[in-house]
Amino acid sequence: MSTLTFPGSLPSPADDCEQLHKAFQGWGTNEGLIISVLAHRPAAHRREIRRAYAEIYGEDLLKALDKELTRDFERAVLLWVLDAAERDAVLANEVVRKWSPGNRVLIEIAVARTADELFAAKRAYQARFKRSLEEDVAAHTNGDFRKLLVPLVSSYRYEGSEVNASLAKSEAKMLHEKIKGKDYNHEEVIRILTTRSKAQLLATFNDYKNQFGNPINKDLKSDPKNEFLSVLRAIIRCITCPERYLEKVIRLAINKMGTDEGSLTRVITTRAEVDMKQIKELYHKRNSVTLYRAVKKDTTGDYEDFLLALIGHDDA
Amino acid sequence: MAEEHEALTSAFSGLGVDESSLLTVITKWRKQPEKRRGFRSSSPFFKPHGSFERCEDDFVRSLKVEFARFKNVTVLWAMHPWERDARWIHHVLHKAHPFNIIVEIACTRSSDELLGARKAYHALFHHSIEEDVAYRVKENYCSLLVGLVSAYRYEGSRVDEDIAKSEAKALGHAIKNAGTKDPVENYEVIRILTTRSKTHLKETFRHYSGIYGQSIEQDFADESCLGETVRCLGSSASYFSKVIDKAFGEEADKNAKDALTRVVVSRSDVDMEEIKAVYEKQYKAKLEDKIVKNTRGNYRDALLSLVGM
Repeated sequence: MSTLTFPGSLPSPADDCEQLHKAFQGWGTNEGLIISVLAHRPAAHRREIRRAYAEIYGEDLLKALDKELTRDFERAVLLWVLDAAERDAVLANEVVRKWSPGNRVLIEIAVARTADELFAAKRAYQARFKRSLEEDVAAHTNGDFRKLLVPLVSSYRYEGSEVNASLAKSEAKMLHEKIKGKDYNHEEVIRILTTRSKAQLLATFNDYKNQFGNPINKDLKSDPKNEFLSVLRAIIRCITCPERYLEKVIRLAINKMGTDEGSLTRVITTRAEVDMKQIKELYHKRNSVTLYRAVKKDTTGDYEDFLLALIGHDDA
Repeated sequence: MAEEHEALTSAFSGLGVDESSLLTVITKWRKQPEKRRGFRSSSPFFKPHGSFERCEDDFVRSLKVEFARFKNVTVLWAMHPWERDARWIHHVLHKAHPFNIIVEIACTRSSDELLGARKAYHALFHHSIEEDVAYRVKENYCSLLVGLVSAYRYEGSRVDEDIAKSEAKALGHAIKNAGTKDPVENYEVIRILTTRSKTHLKETFRHYSGIYGQSIEQDFADESCLGETVRCLGSSASYFSKVIDKAFGEEADKNAKDALTRVVVSRSDVDMEEIKAVYEKQYKAKLEDKIVKNTRGNYRDALLSLVGM
């Protein structure tokens, strides 16, 4: 569920543009005003603001923000103002050009989105970068990672809840066999993880635990140094429970020495309107402190104010 | 009498059935069972069986198929293109028909048409196309097929010439090493053919001819799945005209004949003019004439209208 809060009645996009324009004028920038407008408007309204701003002031709102803001705050606001599909496209493009096995952004986008959201991101990617996401991922990754990531971003999973119980059983068996034989990059493993529907996969993972005693990720931990295994585990965790997966991303970002602002910004801007409420609950349970307190402690200035506005107060 | 026999025999030969000449004979022979008996005794469709002429099983089977051709054209024509494509793919996967239909659909539809087919497949069959292809195709071209049906190619005209050149070399390399590693399992080949845009691939194929002297279609001619892929991506009109011509051939089997309906219906609104032009150049005959010669009745008329007679 979304954690955004809105004023009782939303001002018109034109009025909001006026406020933003006022915030940009003169010496310095009125960041507080920017936050009070942009952080408290739903996506459709923000889209209207962007359009109205270009019409009224003849400039792309993003360019204006780029000129006025800096560093982490700027990045967060720019990502926030983009449409969800464009946001995913921009994030994917940044990461694909300097991809490394430790990078999980592609997995988040490919797995923690619905099939249609992933497709919208791919369309936005093509419009913006004049190439398809698949061709860039294929061209910048190699070996086993390419074998896994290209089908992962190309998938258009069936979204229904039907489950074939005997298929779940046989595919759990197949996965177990390949894992036991350390055949982690086998085509069957990749086929199952990148084409089956999420409901079917959940049933398969459950069946795996029933048949073989261990959850599948436990069996995939056999070699802690193996990067491919850790990517597989990430995919499985993200399929099983994206909120829990993203809570962990936030937790690691905050606990990291000096804070990983990139990941923190990314998760908060991409999930504030989706499932941030569940992520906050999970965070509280896992860390005995609310996400609000943790972000407040770990970040400063306008960046902090913006993130806090998006994730909402503790009682939200 | 002989001319009626001839009319009947010809009504039943070729693709489709000549309904109107059948009707003429049926009307003419009312209350004249001896005429029908005469036809049965002289026709190869019937065999003497004791005291009557029994209808050959093959004849009955083939009549069923031929009468159904017009029905099939109509149903397919009325269906949404996405549903058509989804059903054809499903049919291939579940009735073990030749995979080239999958290659054809994946490579000759626009990116959004292919996405539409994938959506329709979800709705009709509760699975994704890629999961069914990955699960059911056991041959070594499975990875290529999964890549092809999952593609959402960039549709613009921007091409990077250097990349096109280097990828042409990569393809050539794969073909030269066909002895050691089957090109259809070569990951570079699969990557290039399943992710690059069609404009980019056409440029790549052009560079290929420049570098190797032969067209890539010729070099991949021995590779059945790759050959189909490269032909569909590089010059779909010539691919389609070949498929159509095969349907008219002497040794055309059921799938080759059904392909005629499939191609004409699916391309009628898209690039039929181009296909006709290519067909005439390739086979020195007008497509419409070939249709008139080889098909019958309502089926023939439907095809002619779809082809733009």
